[in-house]
Amino acid sequence: MTRVNERHSVNARCLQLILSAFFTLLFSACTINSSQGMNKNSTLYEQLGGQNKLEEIADNFVDEISFDAQIYPYFANSNIKRFKNKLVEQLCVMSEGPCQYSGDTMEQVHTGMNITERDFNRTVDLFIAAMTKAGISHPLQNRLLKEMAQTRDQMLYK
Amino acid sequence: MLHRLNIHKIDYIDSNGGFLIMHKHPLLFTAKFLFCIAIFSNHSLSLGAEGKLLATAGLSQVEGSGGGGLVPWATLSGYDSHDELSLSVSVSSAELNDYRLAVQTLSASFYDRVEVSVAQQRFDLKTSGVDIKQHIIGLKYKLYGDAVYGYSPQLSLGLQHKKNEDATIPNALGAASSSGTDIYFAATKVHLGAISGYNTVWNLTARATKANELGILGFGGPSNDRYELMVEASAGILLSRNLVIGVEYRQKPDNLNLGEDDWFDVFFSYIPNKNLSLTVAWTELGSIAGAAKQDGLYISLNGHL
Repeated sequence: MTRVNERHSVNARCLQLILSAFFTLLFSACTINSSQGMNKNSTLYEQLGGQNKLEEIADNFVDEISFDAQIYPYFANSNIKRFKNKLVEQLCVMSEGPCQYSGDTMEQVHTGMNITERDFNRTVDLFIAAMTKAGISHPLQNRLLKEMAQTRDQMLYK
Repeated sequence: MLHRLNIHKIDYIDSNGGFLIMHKHPLLFTAKFLFCIAIFSNHSLSLGAEGKLLATAGLSQVEGSGGGGLVPWATLSGYDSHDELSLSVSVSSAELNDYRLAVQTLSASFYDRVEVSVAQQRFDLKTSGVDIKQHIIGLKYKLYGDAVYGYSPQLSLGLQHKKNEDATIPNALGAASSSGTDIYFAATKVHLGAISGYNTVWNLTARATKANELGILGFGGPSNDRYELMVEASAGILLSRNLVIGVEYRQKPDNLNLGEDDWFDVFFSYIPNKNLSLTVAWTELGSIAGAAKQDGLYISLNGHL
């Protein structure tokens, strides 16, 4: 019995050690994050590079889509110019830029398309490629994706 | 394709009717399989599943279930989405001071909902030239959530039925049985851009088990023959779309009274595309069957279709 208790206390100590190491890592990473004073007060929109950069991303994204046999059919009958404008507006709002979104809701746009999870994730891959071609850094890409991810449920299987 | 892979032996491995396709030379089999995958991926034929984001398929863990290296996660083994099937294969090896553990796994996952896996482990006792073989059949069911999207972690329930091929060594050490079934509940979550813009992933698993050293030393023993609840955890950071570093911890019982230790590793995974990944880990497996300080390098190659 003593042995079992001993063993469990060793296990518990081990777990404690590993968890505390992980949280120390988390904490120090957060500290590094907040110590990047330059970025602290600027919005994601500014860090991405503002309006011109968002337009570049949207242009690249349309290029990616037009060369993708799997995703292109969804856009075959779209007004590409309008799509680009509304996408830039939306990215601007999501990144806390000085814009207002004037387009239809994501539900309105995607209803009837029955977008599968597979095609949705493929489109995310294309959007990542569009950001990479626009020279957006990996961490900034993730922060924009995080904002965009919140609209996923409004698009899938509608 | 199966014909080309030249499978010529099918073995029954347990009374429950599960079977594992075994090749005379498992390494050769895996190499051929990976070669096929490489050929197909080079030709850009989308034969298999690519419906998840890169690096979200994870690995096949040491018992064949989708997960990290040591710990089964709530995520399934392949890149299948809601509408797809996927097939994954892995070959892994841990080179320890007194032992060598070699693992081959094959798993299929269906509609990002159900995963079925088979694994075979060979545990070499380097000093005596003896080896112990174990076969594992795994089943995992995704209960809820999506690891990447939404606020909730992905939750899954799984089991691993294990059968030790030769009970001689487990019996000699006092194990109560040469087969057993682990049941686990896992929660996994990816946080996009969580740390300085880098994506992070964590997993927490609770496992009910009687297994001694994964079952390689049998199940149950003189100090305990009841199910015990063990905690397993993983945490990782995605440094880019292709690189992941992380740590894993696995609590273990000590039914044989041999001072069985908890396991720990630090891993580094390279994921060039949705068909391949290579993982290198430093593992600290502690005392195994009375031999202390079993540390060493773990290498794992995963292929997905």
